[in-house]
Amino acid sequence: MKSKVLTVEHLNVAVEDRTLIKDLSFSVYGGALTCVTGENGVGKTTLVKALLKCKRHSTKQVHFLVRPDEVQYVPQFRNVDDDYPLKIKDFVSLSLQNSFLPWLTKSEKNRIQKVLEMTKLTEIENEPLGRASGGQKQRAYLAQALVTDPKLLILDETTASLDKESRIYLLQVVVDIIKRTGAAVMFITHDPELIRRFGDYNLEIANHHGVMHEVKGDQASC
Amino acid sequence: MLEYAFMRYGFIASFFISILCGFMGVFVVSRRTSFFTHTLSEIGFAGAAFGLFIGTSPVIGMLIFTILSSLMIGTVGNKVSRRESSISVFSGLFIGLGILFLSLANTQSSYATNILFGSIVGIGVNDLKTLITLSVIIIIAILLIYRRLKYNSFDGTGSHFNAGYDTAISIIFLILLASTVSVTAQIVGSLLIFALLTIPASAAKFFVHNVWGMIFLTFIFSLVGTWAGLYFSYITDWPVSFFIAAIESAFYLVAISYDRLKNHD
Repeated sequence: MKSKVLTVEHLNVAVEDRTLIKDLSFSVYGGALTCVTGENGVGKTTLVKALLKCKRHSTKQVHFLVRPDEVQYVPQFRNVDDDYPLKIKDFVSLSLQNSFLPWLTKSEKNRIQKVLEMTKLTEIENEPLGRASGGQKQRAYLAQALVTDPKLLILDETTASLDKESRIYLLQVVVDIIKRTGAAVMFITHDPELIRRFGDYNLEIANHHGVMHEVKGDQASC
Repeated sequence: MLEYAFMRYGFIASFFISILCGFMGVFVVSRRTSFFTHTLSEIGFAGAAFGLFIGTSPVIGMLIFTILSSLMIGTVGNKVSRRESSISVFSGLFIGLGILFLSLANTQSSYATNILFGSIVGIGVNDLKTLITLSVIIIIAILLIYRRLKYNSFDGTGSHFNAGYDTAISIIFLILLASTVSVTAQIVGSLLIFALLTIPASAAKFFVHNVWGMIFLTFIFSLVGTWAGLYFSYITDWPVSFFIAAIESAFYLVAISYDRLKNHD
């Protein structure tokens, strides 16, 4: 049986006065890819942000079974323009916050190398991130989250700006990582093909309600 | 040239200012707070005039004004400080206030020009001591929050979601910046602080691509600019600030040309 990392029970998600999702219950499991899908504006990102607020203090509705620093959120948009100066490997190291040392320790450097290899970035680790392609940037964002060894990884529309080939490549990387580390991944997406091919569970949000079901191979039920 | 104490003090002071600009400039540029730094130098001018008006030292007035406005920006949010209109409003208001306080304080206009354009060849041993003490304090503070500050400055979005105390780090940095502006303004003048805190770091990021490398190269650019500026000023009798600004701008032009050549051939 897979281990639970997060349970949500009877949660209402609201923006100001407007309720977006009512009475939502689901669980997220380690070693599995849980897709979160729904039309634009249905409240997927709002849901994730509401969950993240409870990261440090679990509530009755939202209960994290992992430590706050074991949760990593990869946001949809980042301020990285063409002039962004840091090398990919230095960008990846930014999230290492469990030490106050102004330099990286040897084990941290090893960890970075391992993650760069998992995300297929080793060859371009010394290139400035601003010069990387869209797919490479997304893998660098993923690597920055992974370097902290998270138990729960939340990817927000990570593939939205990529072409089909890069999407599939990125998801293959994600699925490999799930196999290797046993981490749980929540993946907010619009892409039915990716869900069919890679998803283990699909949390579908529509008409203010969310239902989670298992994704069964190529049956195209979602 | 070095037989004169005021020149020796100038060179020593420039060394410490360059260290400060290395540490602070890299983060100023990566956080895109260059324009706020400009505004801070004008706020500093008003603060110094206020200090003269109430009869304390100009540095105290500058510290009060710049730290208070940093706290305000830190809590209201960075977005406000980057908005073009709010920059104009702040600049106009504080230059006006500076002129008001100077006129109320009944001091000669030479005070005003000193604050604005600096007097690196007019500093004494005590100024030097203040400068060294503040440099040490700021470097220690930065080293203590180095990882957090790095995350927050180079990946604000990631840090916002994945690291705690994000606003606190921003506020601490703005207070350090306010102190740096107030101290260094005594030496190169509030208007040139803006140049030294932003241009060397903006140039450095085209040559090196890691944080320590950028800090070091920014330090070198600042040091070469200020030392060469002092030397040229000594032999020509033209203002130091002019030479410093010109040399730093030249570094920046070389940097963007280098970047063009490297990435478009």
